[in-house]
Amino acid sequence: MPSIKSRQNTGLHIPDPICRPGDEPDFSGLIIPEAGSVPRPNFDAEEQTLRSLPYGLIRTLDDKGEAKGDWQPNASLESLIIALKTMLLNRAFDAAMFAAQRQGKTSFFMKTSGEEALGAVPSLALRKDDMCFPTYRMVGWLLARGYPIIDLINQIYNNAEDPLKGRQLPILYSAREYGFYSLSGNVGSRIGHGVGWAMAKAYRGLDSLAMAVIGEGTTAEGDYHEALTFASVYKAPVILCVTNNQWAISTFSGIAGAEETTFAAQALGYGIPGLRVDGNDTLAVWSVLEWAAKRARAGLGATLIEFFTYRAEGHSTSDDPTKYRPKDEPTIWPLGDPVNRLKQYLTNQSAWDEKRHQEAISQAKLKVKKAAKAAEDIGILGTSKSDIEEMFKHVFEEPDWRIKEQVKEVGI
Amino acid sequence: MPSMNMIQALNSALDVMLERDPDVLIFGEDVGYFGGVFRVTDKLQQKHGLHRCFDAPISEGGIVSTAIGMGAEGLRPVVEIQFADYILPAYDQLVSEAARLRYRSGGDFTAPITVRSPYGGGIYGGQTHSQSPEAIFAHITGLKTVIPATPYDAKGLLISAIECNDPVIFLEPKRIYNGPFDGHHDRPLKSWKEHPQADVPEGHYIVPLGKSRVVREGSDVTVLAYGTMVYVAEAAISETSIDAELIDLRSIVPLDIDAIVTSVKKTGRCVIVHEASKFGGFGGELTALIEERCFYYLEAPTQRVAGWDTPYPHAFEWDYFPKPSRIVDALEKAIRV
Ligand SMILES: Cc1ncc(C[n+]2csc(CCOP(=O)(O)OP(=O)(O)O)c2C)c(N)n1
Repeated sequence: MPSIKSRQNTGLHIPDPICRPGDEPDFSGLIIPEAGSVPRPNFDAEEQTLRSLPYGLIRTLDDKGEAKGDWQPNASLESLIIALKTMLLNRAFDAAMFAAQRQGKTSFFMKTSGEEALGAVPSLALRKDDMCFPTYRMVGWLLARGYPIIDLINQIYNNAEDPLKGRQLPILYSAREYGFYSLSGNVGSRIGHGVGWAMAKAYRGLDSLAMAVIGEGTTAEGDYHEALTFASVYKAPVILCVTNNQWAISTFSGIAGAEETTFAAQALGYGIPGLRVDGNDTLAVWSVLEWAAKRARAGLGATLIEFFTYRAEGHSTSDDPTKYRPKDEPTIWPLGDPVNRLKQYLTNQSAWDEKRHQEAISQAKLKVKKAAKAAEDIGILGTSKSDIEEMFKHVFEEPDWRIKEQVKEVGI
Repeated sequence: MPSMNMIQALNSALDVMLERDPDVLIFGEDVGYFGGVFRVTDKLQQKHGLHRCFDAPISEGGIVSTAIGMGAEGLRPVVEIQFADYILPAYDQLVSEAARLRYRSGGDFTAPITVRSPYGGGIYGGQTHSQSPEAIFAHITGLKTVIPATPYDAKGLLISAIECNDPVIFLEPKRIYNGPFDGHHDRPLKSWKEHPQADVPEGHYIVPLGKSRVVREGSDVTVLAYGTMVYVAEAAISETSIDAELIDLRSIVPLDIDAIVTSVKKTGRCVIVHEASKFGGFGGELTALIEERCFYYLEAPTQRVAGWDTPYPHAFEWDYFPKPSRIVDALEKAIRV
């Protein structure tokens, strides 16, 4: 039997990030092209002509907040202001709910920090009849469409007014009317539903589409590769998105394959366009979604988009990111902060200023505070919940004898 | 002997096996540098090297299928599935591959893998961090399914599982990682300190697979339980004047059928307790075995206390989780006849 020592010199490659706690954070290895340097092809370009896109990085906003190049969205300044306000609302919401979890008002919460553009922008860029198959970091989609904040908080508190009646873990919302598919705790398993939904729309001859999102860590699941296959085979009108925020809990993106290639480049193997885009650049994000949506609605099939971003805080209320990555890493992320970058752009356009920004922050906080207070008046986890019958509802359309007997046994 | 909680005991088992056997290696989501979301692999990478305990892509199917390939080659991989709820993407690999590799190749290839996974409720984990999937493994011949209930057993059973030449599903009752939990969620938390079963030897020892443990001897009724429910049942028994014999099954495959039959023949009555939903649950198999083997000794129908036949509902944690009072009712029913 070989000694343990000799096994330590094995040829097996195990990816390991260059920085861990105690190290100087280092992003010097990232190649960040100039804003505006990637040309925008026609939306109906042949896939063969698009094969360099997955290795580039589509950026529109430069360091000074100027919009460069031809990935410019067809979005008015007013709608960009709505996007900015939504991101600020998202931030206020996250801060309040994280604190609420710490105060014991609920069991669990996850923030969106650093990725706010990726909930708000698609919600505004896509149509009301499109369906989003979101990740748990996309509450911005709902906020942008005016979903009542109090209902989000009622769900998080699982109180008597929880729209999901206490059956689901906090933040795993479902809102069909708002184009937001039911979330679940198991990652990745809805991406194929997005493809199927899109196939259904095509089958009906409609031009609405689906957007299905997955974290970069979760691209390792078979579901993702199955979804890509079906999307490609049936030219489904779906936009498949990978949110590459560099971290999957404590695991860096190298463990998901990022040492070897880009996530966008996985599109090449399936023969669909792959776009890699600066996820903290609202204009670029908006623009690539428009491009992919136009293509899908024209019957030209699916696009894979990698949103290159950074998870600026912990994975959830259950972890401490300083245990696995350098403390200062978030602050030196070279692609900046989506809110600051959009603010800078809008200010340059004379559509926004510091005073309006501060007002928007105060308004966002106030809105959340009011909703949180109203939700708390109804109750928090452990002090208020739906009727116990709700535990037994919706297992089937009609309960069978087991459920009926058990309802009796509980003594309802 | 050092007092360990269940996490420390499991960590110690892994540490001992990494030290003893160069063919043992560990991988799974977040198990490397970070040491796992429940810290079971804490410091093992730092101590034994990057190649012995490392992070895996988020792909339960990939984790199990590569473990099977390594096992077939001769390694002894111990993989972690972050929550038992997330084992399902690997189910095909476990059922169609790990469980049958030995059989279909006539022993030419085997899968000596251990799949560790925290399971069970009582932690406000909602639908996807609370489930008890033991029955779907018990149903598959070729898989062993082990569930420890004490730090001492956790270590000894895990070492047995790793040394076992067959695939073992090792389900860890996460609610009792840090202390025994008797189902009274409104009472102060208990820790493992002072608990006799938390005396865990430092080095190598085993608890054999398929040997149950009598937690409490008694003559009125046999209570069969495993995992967290051992403590809930113990509390329930202590709240009655019934002299119940409580058996911790420790593993459901292999099952200690002799101990079960001997006890039920002695008491003539049986109550089975598990967290998993009732219909098609492992309690059904136990009930059938008892009926087949102890029919003429039975004084009363066997009672099952289990989760309701619904998904695990977040806000209704303590309505769903089988509580001591439900076990008390079942005990009373069992001895009434
Ligand atoms: C099927 C499944 N496996 C494992 C988990 C545990 N888990 C929850 S989130 C997560 C990390 C996901 O990382 P990523 O996809 O990169 O998304 P991010 O959290 O970074 O947004 C893991 C492993 C899960 N929820 N579901």
